[in-house]
Parts: sequence; C-alpha cells; structure tokens
Amino acid sequence: MLALPLITHDRPAAIIAWRAGRPISAAQFLADVRALAARLPASTHLLNFCSDRYRFAVGLAASLTTGKCSILPSTHTPEVVRHLRSFAPDVFCLSDDPQCPLALPQLLYVESATPERAATPERGEFSVPQIDAGQLAAYVFTSGSSGMPVPHAKTWGRLVQCVRAEVTRLPVADLAGCSILGTVPAQHMYGFESTVLLPLQSGGALCAERPFFPADIAAALAAVPRPRVLVSTPVHLRALLTAEQELPGLALIMSATAMLPVNLARAVETRYGAPLLEIYGSTETGQMASRRTALEDQWRLWPGVRLTVSDAHCSAHGGHVARPTALADVLEPTDEEHFLLHGRTADLVNIAGKRSSLAYLTHQLNAIPGVTDAVFFVRDDSQASLAGVTRLGALAVAPRLDAASIIQALRQRIDPVFLPRPLLLVEHLPRNATGKLPQHTLRALTAQAALLQPNLFA
Amino acid sequence: MSSAPAWALQALRAGDNYPIMSEQALPIPSAPALDTLALEREIAQLIVRGLNLPMQADQIDPDAPLYGEGLGLDSIDILEIALIVSKQYGIQLRADNQENTRIFRSLRQFAQYVAEQRVK
Repeated sequence: MLALPLITHDRPAAIIAWRAGRPISAAQFLADVRALAARLPASTHLLNFCSDRYRFAVGLAASLTTGKCSILPSTHTPEVVRHLRSFAPDVFCLSDDPQCPLALPQLLYVESATPERAATPERGEFSVPQIDAGQLAAYVFTSGSSGMPVPHAKTWGRLVQCVRAEVTRLPVADLAGCSILGTVPAQHMYGFESTVLLPLQSGGALCAERPFFPADIAAALAAVPRPRVLVSTPVHLRALLTAEQELPGLALIMSATAMLPVNLARAVETRYGAPLLEIYGSTETGQMASRRTALEDQWRLWPGVRLTVSDAHCSAHGGHVARPTALADVLEPTDEEHFLLHGRTADLVNIAGKRSSLAYLTHQLNAIPGVTDAVFFVRDDSQASLAGVTRLGALAVAPRLDAASIIQALRQRIDPVFLPRPLLLVEHLPRNATGKLPQHTLRALTAQAALLQPNLFA
Repeated sequence: MSSAPAWALQALRAGDNYPIMSEQALPIPSAPALDTLALEREIAQLIVRGLNLPMQADQIDPDAPLYGEGLGLDSIDILEIALIVSKQYGIQLRADNQENTRIFRSLRQFAQYVAEQRVK
C-alpha cells in the first residue's frame, strides 16, 4: 500500500508555519503532533474545531498519525452537532477555546511543553510520519435535500493528489518558503485544501491567524516574509478594495467559494499587482479547476480530471476525483481540459461562500414545531450590498407563532447566513396537485406579502 | 496583532465561523448627548440601507445587541458595517481592538465609538 509523507518539508529547520510574526519549524510541528497524539482519546472520530490554523494542522496531523478520522462539517449549529453524534457516536471535539460551545466531549488544545531547542533533532533524525494513501483522513459534509447533512469520505491519498495538482496550476515557481495566509476557515473544503494541506504538501508555511477586517488582513500579511500568498474569497477581496486597503507585496492571490466577477478580478490584480487565480471545486470533488479570471473565460481542469455532461447534468471523474461525482453547476466543456461555467442548478444557493440547498433549508423550517408549511426562496431583487451578498427570503404558515420566534428556532438549525430576510407569515401556501409551489405562484405570493407589509422590503 | 482573542472565540456560539464578538454582560452607559442621537439615527439609516434590513431605521432599538439575537446581524453584516464606517467616517475596524465588545453591543455604543474615532 502506497504511503505518503505527512509533510514535504525536507529539513528540520524548514519553516512550516508563522504565528504572531514568529516562525515555527517542521521539527517543532512534528514534536507538537507527537505531544497531541499522545493525549488523544481512543475514539476513531475527531471534530477539529480549532480556530488557530496551526493548531488545526497539528490536530489534523495527530488524527492522521493515530489512525483517526477528522469530522469537518461546514456549520456547527446544535442540530448539526446532534446529527454528527448519531453519525459517529464516539466523536469528540478538539478545540482551542476553553469555552467551546459545542455539545460534545471536549479536548482542549494545549501548547506542547517541548522547548524549541529540544524539538530540533540531531542530524539525520528528522523522521516524517508516512500515512497510507488509503487511510480515511476526513469526512466533509454537504446539506442534503432530506434535511440531513450528507457525509463524503476523503482519503489521504486523494487529498494529497488534489493539492499536488493544485501546485501545478499556481503561477508561482516554487511554493517552498512561501507564506500562505487565508481569510477562510480551515474547516471548509477550500480552506482545508488551500490553507492547510497546500502548505504542508508544498514546503510552504501556513499562517495561524485568520484575519477578518481589511486592516487585519494587511497586518497579518505584513507580519510574514515574502513571497506571500493570500487565499481568500470575493467577499473579502471586494472589502479590501472598498476599504482602499494597502497591502504589502503579494506573489499570488486565490479566490474561491463564490463566483468572482471579472471586473472585481481585474481591479484586484491592478490594485495589488499580483495574479489572481480563481478556483472551482466542491465539497464532494474538492478543488478541481482554475482560471486567471482577469484574463480568461475558460476554466482549466486539474490534471487527470474529466467531465461528462448528459442532459444538463455534469459530473467529474479522474485525477484526484475517485469516482464519477455529480456537480451542482452547469458546465459546458469546450475541449477535454477546459470548460465554461454557466451557474448553479436551481436548488442550490451560495451565500458568502457557504453552500446549501433550498430543499434542505425548507425542510429545516418545516421541522420547527408550529410551522405547518413553509418555503425558502432566493430574493430576486438582488440589491448588491457593498460586499455583493444577496439573501434568502421565506414564507411560512404558522398560525400561533411570530416571525421572530421562528427565526430563533432556525438559528439552532441552519447557518446564520441563510436566515431569511424577510420571513413572511402567510395564511396558506397554494401548492399544486403534485405538492409543489410553482415559481410564478411563489413570486405572486411574495409580491402580495410585500404590498401588505411594505416595511419588510425596505 | 494576535490570533482570534478569547472574546472573539466566544462568538462561535452562534454557529458562525467568523470570530467577531462576545456576549459578555457590560454596564449600560448613561443617556447620550443630542449630537450622538443624531449620529445614531444617521448610522441606523446607513446600516438599514447598506444591509437591506427588513425594517425602518427608527425601528432599531438603540440598546439592542447588533450581532446575533438582537438585530440579527451575522459576520458578513459586520464586515459590511466596517466598510460603511470606513467610507463614511474614516474609521478602520480591527478584530483585536479591545473596544469591540463595547462597540457592537448596541447601536448606541457603536455610535459613541464612531463619535470618538471619526476623522471625517
């Protein structure tokens, strides 16, 4: 069975991470991994909730070296956590927050006591753990139409293959020695691959911080040496431009999780003098294609990945994608390696980089006691906010409840970005004979409700 | 500059991955001056318009929490607000600003912070 190294850094002193302007060596990392691995309980499943990216990486590595599987849901509402406990009854939570709010057995990340000097081995003793390619490294989750999160298994071999493919597409000569900073969480597929696995598998250095405000992004970049790579999303890139934020020199900017408008891509490249690579992928397939949005329309698939299209349904297979996997978007192949992206299939929504399905959200709303019928919809009037984010609305039939309490109940179930604005209460949802609510009926109802409650559509 | 401080990590209670704020109880300050009231109104209007909130500006309770279960704002909204105050008042919000627990606790607190920090 093929085994792949945990990290590709070739010397104990190679820098594998930065935190608060200080470097962390590969030897220190491996010592931290050993120390944490010794503290892990016997469970097979570990939910890695560390918000510090270095600690997340140590947690991931400790999980891999002890044969455990990392559970990585995209959201951590009480409902999702309940579901995860039934999916993996022995799951425990690794967190760097002493007041972690998740209702799971907790293991608090503690800084390793091994002093730096002792972590650096004698010449020749740098021993990098080898992990079986077939080992189940993680489960990631998507929102299913049945209302339950759907697990997708990721093996170590496929994850490594994906990020090694990524390296071949980045317009950077050599990632070794690059500082890679992300504004995205390590727990989401994109962040997991591009801000954690990518540095570990390319000789680069990850950054522990996850900056949020534009000024914080600038400060975090300034604290690490060049060459610097910024791994971000359209929301944050637009925020940086809107805030007219100065950034230190960048070698590369990456964007994913939502469509990147070409004007935004060009503005970012011009302003920051760095190439901007947009990445296409999904939780199911991982990252799988990329393009230089400022310059090209077409996407280029990553090595070995191929598309099949039948009847407007697209699937990907090959390369790091182990079996034919349906895609949520409408793709038009232009040749064996390239495609054009035409947008989402009708049910799926993407808000600020988080993905869900209207069916899943509607199911959650209907499951609330007192709600007798309900439906989520995408607001047509997409008034672009400064960050370009549109929101969802919802209609509900709930004779004895008010909108505020329904939203309270929804907060327990779905990610806050999907909360409806507004939630309109109606007397009846006129479903047709097959139980569906046709689009034109939904629009008419919403328009009617808007007339009756004009404040809600301010 | 540090990684997400403890008060920010507490915000993960809302199930949201963006670390922003704490829900620690803080004493409510005394009534604001008239010019702060005018600023409150101005900020309320900017927020309602900028975020497409389902209410009128004068329907915002000035003492209600902005984030989470008060006004119901999420992390993307907080980023939007940061951009709004940057453009309008020249203020740069930072996540490790010790003031953030106070700033986002209510519209009133936020307006007071803007009044103190504005350069435009």
